[in-house]
Amino acid sequence: MNIIYFVAQQTMFFAIPLLIVALGGMFSERSGIINIALEGIMVIGAFAGIAFINVTQNSMSGQVLLLLAVLVAGISGGIFSLFHAFASIKLKADQTISGTALNMFAPAFAIFVARMVQGVQQVQFTDTFHISKVPFLGDIPVIGPILFQNSYITTYVGLLIALLSWLIINHTKFGLRLRSCGEHPQAADSVGINVYKIRYAGVFISGILGGIGGLAFVVPTSTNFNATVAGYGFLALAVLIFGQWRTKRIFFSAFFFGIMKTFASAYSGIPVLKDLPISNEIYKMIPYIATLIVLTFSSKNSQAPRAEGIPYDKGSR
Amino acid sequence: MKKNHNILELKGASSFFAALMAIVAGLLFGLVILLLSNAKEAFPAFLTILVGGFSAGARGIGQVIYYATPIIMTGLSVGFAFKTGLFNIGASGQFTCGAFIAIYIGIKWTFLPPEIHWLVALIGAMIAGAIWGSGPGLLKAFFNVNEVITSIMMNYIGMYLVNMTIVRTVYDALKNQSKSVAKSAVLPKAGLDKLFNTNNLNIGIIIAILSVIVIYIILQKTTFGYELKACGSNKNASKYAGINEKKSIVLSMVIAGALSGLGGGLLYLSGSGKYLQVLDILAPEGFNGISVALLGMSHPIGILFSGLFIAHLTVGGFNIQLYDFVPEVIDMIVAVIIYCGAFALLFKHLIIKFTSKPSLDSDINNKKENEKLKENINKLVITEETENLDNQKKDNKEEL
Repeated sequence: MNIIYFVAQQTMFFAIPLLIVALGGMFSERSGIINIALEGIMVIGAFAGIAFINVTQNSMSGQVLLLLAVLVAGISGGIFSLFHAFASIKLKADQTISGTALNMFAPAFAIFVARMVQGVQQVQFTDTFHISKVPFLGDIPVIGPILFQNSYITTYVGLLIALLSWLIINHTKFGLRLRSCGEHPQAADSVGINVYKIRYAGVFISGILGGIGGLAFVVPTSTNFNATVAGYGFLALAVLIFGQWRTKRIFFSAFFFGIMKTFASAYSGIPVLKDLPISNEIYKMIPYIATLIVLTFSSKNSQAPRAEGIPYDKGSR
Repeated sequence: MKKNHNILELKGASSFFAALMAIVAGLLFGLVILLLSNAKEAFPAFLTILVGGFSAGARGIGQVIYYATPIIMTGLSVGFAFKTGLFNIGASGQFTCGAFIAIYIGIKWTFLPPEIHWLVALIGAMIAGAIWGSGPGLLKAFFNVNEVITSIMMNYIGMYLVNMTIVRTVYDALKNQSKSVAKSAVLPKAGLDKLFNTNNLNIGIIIAILSVIVIYIILQKTTFGYELKACGSNKNASKYAGINEKKSIVLSMVIAGALSGLGGGLLYLSGSGKYLQVLDILAPEGFNGISVALLGMSHPIGILFSGLFIAHLTVGGFNIQLYDFVPEVIDMIVAVIIYCGAFALLFKHLIIKFTSKPSLDSDINNKKENEKLKENINKLVITEETENLDNQKKDNKEEL
């Protein structure tokens, strides 16, 4: 039973950032803007958040500091994503190109600033955020050890974001408008919705969530930030596609990938897997191979937003 | 994800102009960054970036060519895929696989006659890259899987697979890298090393230029290339016209993969003391290829020059470490160039639209004359506008 708890707790560390970022991608793509820049946005968010922790950790610590860092990461990710929004909405540029440019810029920027300020590339932080057990809730049998022990507050932030995203996209006026802009912007415009504004909002939300996701990825899995999020932005895109751009399915696919990733990185802590004569590299490949297989069988009936990737032009028919 | 790459296919001098504008914007951004971080050293460092490879005479130029060779190949790979409507972000994995097979043949297949050893290794690299590229192509063609995601996954799978096989076959445990290849597998120098006074140069750049020419001919002069491009611009229309679009997708990914793989072979057989490291890091050459392709507007000839240009900046990036700046400044500059390039193209599009508006006259007998007239009118309008502006400025000054 302990092993199941261990796997569940590890899975959270990998699944939650994927969930947050993929949900961010959902907001952008369902408003009609492909956001391949999620990787870069994650890097910027993680960098800003960790840098904030690095600077203020002498005067603050614990959950308050982490929550503030989440805020910083979200805001900086949101601001960074506006560059993508500006290029792809206002200037109608090719969305893949502008996203690629952002992906390239982010790690270079993080390395540049880190090395100019402190001489080394890695931004260190002290982990004062680990929650070994949430009071009361951690004592509940089964659910307690899975959800409320050995965790980080980002886990709960992530779950809250998932719930909010589901509510916003499916049950609010804004969500309906956002979805309509991704499916048929001309129709949306004809009933008085400002497509440009909605799309800006969509990309901005994806930036905020991308930034938070970047921080949520680095804090539980490392003690420094090295200008990379290890391809998680792209994995989140895979989660988004596997999740068919729908909140509930994204939730489950994020956890599917989280479990795969857990096997890849923590297999040595799982007795059954440790004894198998399989090389270390094979385990590392598993999440990516699983993605390929899963996408192969789920892409045939893709439910991608119809107007995705097409710049909206008021004058076009 | 639908893509709209036909913007990339606009031709002519105006696209060169647009690229130039983007480059200027990127360089200016670099200057601002340098000024913000260390104002004193900013200008000499900026000058170093501009001078780039030209600082060290023939040797410096040789260095630029050495860096340019692999990224021209990966750039060609990405650009070729762009032309056919695919985004090959997997150049990195294809590059690594090609490099590994080249090294493997270079070390193990010493039974081959020395004259063709390197050639066989390069062909092996091409095949490996092609196989790795075919994966996303097949999945895209038959299962409608987005090629961006699959090729990213293939990057990681390729990296781990190569790391694993290096350790099992051609491993130098002391240095955690691959062993050195046999002498006969190193590419011939053909006198280029003496010409540029550097040991790193060999016929690699000639092979790269040849590939550029071959791709140019395929894309511009053959029916096959036309079919590929047609599939890229409109899949349904080309299907209607009787083109096998599935075959086209697979073949263009195979060719793109072969180009990247060949690039890997060219770099790791160059005898410059470069070994495949057993690290969990994706080959950066693949991602640089994306910038090269975008800056070169996906045109083979453009890619050749943009590859040389980015290599030139990279050499400058190494040199600015003398002034205590980090070479990542170059990555930022290139990113800004790409970003601006994305909509510099758009401005160009507007210019074209503006200058070629259909005339309102119903009978256009002398189209050419009309166009000439229009140009003249445009010129007149522009000069008038500038004159107006000048006058306004003068007025403003007088008011002040």
